[in-house]
Parts: sequence; structure tokens; C-alpha cells
Amino acid sequence: MAGGFQGGRAVSRTFAPVKTWLLLPSWLVIGIFLVVPVAIMLVYSFLTKEFRGGVIWEFSLAAYDQFVFDRGLFGDEAPSFEWTYVTIFARSIVQALAATVVCLLIGFPTAYFIATRPASSRSLWLFLITVPYWVNLLIRTVSMKFLIRDNGPMNEFFLSIGITSEPLGLVNTDFAIQLGLFYSYLPFMVLPIYASVERYNFALSEAAADLYASRWVTLREVLLPAVKPGVIAGCILVFVPSLGAFLAPDLLGGAKNLMIGSLIEEQFKGNAGNWPFGAAASMILLTMVLIVLLFYARQQARNEGGH
Amino acid sequence: MGAASRGTAIEVQNVVKRYGSFTALKGATFDIQDNEFFTLLGPSGCGKTTLLRMIAGFEDVTEGAILLFGEAIDKLPPNKRPVNTVFQQYALFPHMTVTENVAFGMLRLKNSKAEALERAKRMLSLVKLDQFAERKPSQLSGGQQQRVALARAMAPGPKVLLLDEPLSALDLKLRQEMRVELKQLQQETGITFVFVTHDQEEALTMSDRITVMSSGEVQQIGTAHQIYEQPNNRFVADFIGETNLIDVIIEKADGKACLCRLGGGTAILAEAAGTPIVGANGHLSIRPERISVRAAGKNDEGPAGVVEHIVYLGTDTQHMVRLDDGTLITARTQNAHHAFVNSMQGDRVTLTLDEGAARLLVD
Repeated sequence: MAGGFQGGRAVSRTFAPVKTWLLLPSWLVIGIFLVVPVAIMLVYSFLTKEFRGGVIWEFSLAAYDQFVFDRGLFGDEAPSFEWTYVTIFARSIVQALAATVVCLLIGFPTAYFIATRPASSRSLWLFLITVPYWVNLLIRTVSMKFLIRDNGPMNEFFLSIGITSEPLGLVNTDFAIQLGLFYSYLPFMVLPIYASVERYNFALSEAAADLYASRWVTLREVLLPAVKPGVIAGCILVFVPSLGAFLAPDLLGGAKNLMIGSLIEEQFKGNAGNWPFGAAASMILLTMVLIVLLFYARQQARNEGGH
Repeated sequence: MGAASRGTAIEVQNVVKRYGSFTALKGATFDIQDNEFFTLLGPSGCGKTTLLRMIAGFEDVTEGAILLFGEAIDKLPPNKRPVNTVFQQYALFPHMTVTENVAFGMLRLKNSKAEALERAKRMLSLVKLDQFAERKPSQLSGGQQQRVALARAMAPGPKVLLLDEPLSALDLKLRQEMRVELKQLQQETGITFVFVTHDQEEALTMSDRITVMSSGEVQQIGTAHQIYEQPNNRFVADFIGETNLIDVIIEKADGKACLCRLGGGTAILAEAAGTPIVGANGHLSIRPERISVRAAGKNDEGPAGVVEHIVYLGTDTQHMVRLDDGTLITARTQNAHHAFVNSMQGDRVTLTLDEGAARLLVD
């Protein structure tokens, strides 16, 4: 997203002779911790399930079949379309999109505010944004549950001052999941947008105002296009982990508001799981994320080409 | 210079700007005529840019008022003021083409898209950029970006154009060309230009009138000729061009005409900038090009001394002469018509001042 350097390829030749060796650690890490696991997952998604967890080494499309078709309990009925998992995916996408939009609406003004403070106080504001993230995500999510549950402090406060006459019943709702996702991923929206706005030339806003643009037009026509790379990066950084999140849905959404992350997690837990199905669901999720990233990469390429 | 009768475009009335306890502008008052090329000149930090930004609406006015054609504008936001600005670093919108940049202001003023594009096209041909209409600003040279900024600011047809050091980012050759073009553009369009610069040459060559500013105060307002030949005070004399500033005591005064005595005893006739007080100290300002140098003769009058340095400047030769009383004076002679360029270091010379060359500054 930094992009921006113009001119030729200013690559230093200093390290050219040992380039391969210097890159080796990165390649090893990426290979061992990314390529190999994804390959294993891909292979497992095409194997037959073993009932106590694990797999039987026998090619099968059953996992993908199970995702979209219902063939009855013993697999001998005529296939009908299976809505369960598609619905879970759809719900996850909606939740992740909603979390992205909420993070953008709150995160953009926050980032703009911080970027327009005097340089000396900006780092303090950024520090304050990141302070909650020193605490483990699990603990924060559990705390959120305690905070919003019916006999938690928030409800008791509302009841005591008479805003509400009965507890709000927030736990185990989509709203609670939203709250959890928003709270977990807000900094991932704020930081890239902050980086963009900080580099923004505010003379452009003055020029727009000088040319009779209202604040709204200036935001839409000048500021947003200029900080677009940061906004897109922030949206991806919130959307992708939200889509696969399982802590917030598990703890705040309860069993009936299942999201992809929890669905996949279930498949690998204890003896009840179904590894090939979990692997297949993961592959489908991965494909969706890749599509989003490709869209972003194309957008970037178009921006760079515009120079 | 300019039309004979014309209205007042901008009135700046006792304008003060304070940032906390720091006063950036200590009460400026002046009028800018319609169709005038008006320059705010001064070193950095003198308040000239602050004043321009207050006219544009980017800074609040702490005290005082700014009127545009008789109406107070200092409470209006920038997008409601019918003035346009050419920014120092141009501030072109990087994601828009040249045409889109130029059409931006007109589209905001509720012109139809066709109208705006048509006018953008005309503005671009006015600044000779027709063939670059579809480029992005980053694909243009500095000089071309400068012209786009100019076209963009003039496209909405403002009565007053504000220019914030628009030439400072260009190299010398281009800057000299642009001076001529800017002046022509101003005369052709009849737009009032308020031009901010720290470059005195720029100010002298283009302006109808110049306001010299320093440390938040207006020092002098006048034509290029006035501020160069009749500076009001030491700051103006020293800032505009080169000058010899010599400590003197006022010996006799008759109205503005004074007889001034140098430390070593030489007496010089001068015209005073303020009210001269006999017996008081003052400074003489004498421009180097108004002093001629010749070999000392027996019956010479006027200050005499010894040549300490000779600097050859191409068009001119500069003599630095140490007077008998110890004062160092710089004289400059055009190589074209004066013969006395062959003098040597250490030669004894006599200086002759042109009629009215010495100006007495009483501050």
C-alpha cells in the first residue's frame, strides 16, 4: 500500500551476489508454515473421514458434497440442497461486512482525528488505541460477555438509572457478535487509515475549499480518493479475520449463531469432528479470502498504473 | 500603470493575527485597487502569507476586518469567498486529470459539466497546456504544474486571485519567463492579483504596488520606484536591493533637505524620509549604482578614499572604497559606459554622488 516511488527500479546491487541465501529464511518460514499446511489441508479435504477424528487415505468428494447436498442420515436418499452451511457462510459474510462498515465509520474519524493532532501528541493517541490489545483476545472477549450479560454492570447501570425496565438480553445475539468483532479489529482499521491521512497533503483540502467545495464534497472528492489505499487496507484487515473469527461468535453469539470459524473449529475438536469436512470448509473460506485479496491487488495495480 | 479610475477590490482594516501569545500580524491597514497587481513582500515569518491566508479564509482574523468590494468577508468560510488561490506547492488533485483539476471549481459553482469542460479547455489554451489536458499532474514538469494551478484558480473567473509564492519552486530561467507571463496574464484578464513573495526582484518587476512587511508590520507601501528610491526606513532600504547604510549626524535641516556629517567629517546633502531633527543621529542610504568613482585629483570635492577591493560582476564592476574617516562604501559602475574600471586595489579615488542619491533615514 506504500506504492508511490516513481522512476526506475532503484534496487541496490550491494547484496545481489548473496541474495538467494539472504532470502532463504523467509522462503523457509513461508514454506513450512504456510505452503505445506495449506497443501495438507487441500489433500485432507479430498480424503474420507475417520469417525474418531483423523482421515482414511481414500479419495473422496464427500466433504465438498456434504457442504452443498443433504443425502439423509445414511447417505442413501436422493440429494436435496443443503442450506445449513451455505447459510452459515452467508451469515459470516454479512457479519464480517457489517463489522468492516462499523469499524470504518468509527475508525476513519478516529484516524483522521489522530492524524490532525500536533505531531507531539499523535504517538500518545496511537498508544492509547493499542493499550487494550496488550490483553489476550480471549480474556477481552470473555470480559465483554461479563460486561453486557443480563446481570452484568452495563445492564445494572441502565436499570438503576431507569433507561430500561428489564435487561437488554444482549448475550447470544448477532449484535453481541458485532460488538465483539468491532472491538477486536478496530485498530486494524485505524492504523492503516492513520498512516494514509498522516501523509495526506492538507493543502489539497484547502485548495478544494478555495474552489467552492463544501466539507462533504472535499471529503468525497479529494480526501477519500487520496487516502483510499489506507481505507482499502483497513477494510481487508478487518474483513478477513472477521470472516474466520471464532472467539467472538463462540463466546458472545452462542450455539445458534454459528459462524464459519466456529464451524471449522468444531470439525477438529475431540472425537465428534470431521477432518475432511473441516478442511473443505477451510478451503472454501480461503478461496473467498483470496478473491477479496485479488480484487484489492487489481485495484492497487490500477492506482499505480494511473501515475 | 493600470487603469486611470478604478474601485477598491480589497480593504484590509487593522487586521491583527495572534496565535496564543504570539502576534503574527500587528495591525495591517491598506486598500488594494481593482485590476491592480499588488505584492506583499518580506522575509519569511513577516506575516505576508498569514495575511494572504486570511483573505482566502484559511485563517481566522483575530481583530479587524477584510472587505471585498465593500462587503465584509472575514467571517465567511473559504468556499463562500469569491477569491481563488494559487498555492505555493500548487496542491493539484493528484487523482484527477489536468482538465478535471481545472474544471473542479466551476463544477462546484453549479455550472453544467459541458460548460465547465469547455471553459477548462479555454483556460488550458490560455496557459498553453492544451496537449496535456488528459495527463495526471504527476506526469507534468514543475513549470507545467504551475500553469495548471494558475488555470485552475482562474477558471471560476474570480475578481481577485491570491498567489502564494507561486514561482518559488521553479528554477531561475523558468521563474524569469513566468514573471513576464504572469504580468501579461494579469493585464489581459484584468483580475486583481495579490501576490506574496520573498523575492524582491520578482516584486519589483511585476507589481503595480508593493507592500514591504517585516515582523508582522507593514513597513512601506508604494510603487517599485518609490520603495527602491525613497525607502521609509532602514529595513526597507536594506531589504530592497543593495545599499550603503552610513551612520551620520544631522547638522542642518531645511524642510526635508538636510546636511549630514559622517563620522570622519565629510558632509553630504540628503533628503530625509521622516522629520529630521538637527543634532540627532540618522542613517544615510546610498545605492551603489548612484556613486561614481574616479581617480583623485587635487581640487576634488566630496568624499575621498582608497580602493580596498574590486569585484568584477560581468555587467558591472564593484569598487569597495575605504573613506578617510574609515567608512566602507560600495560603488558600482556599469562596464559599458564608464571608463574607470581599470583602477587598482590601493588607488586613491574620489566619489561623486548622483543628484538626490543620498536618502536620510531617521529611525
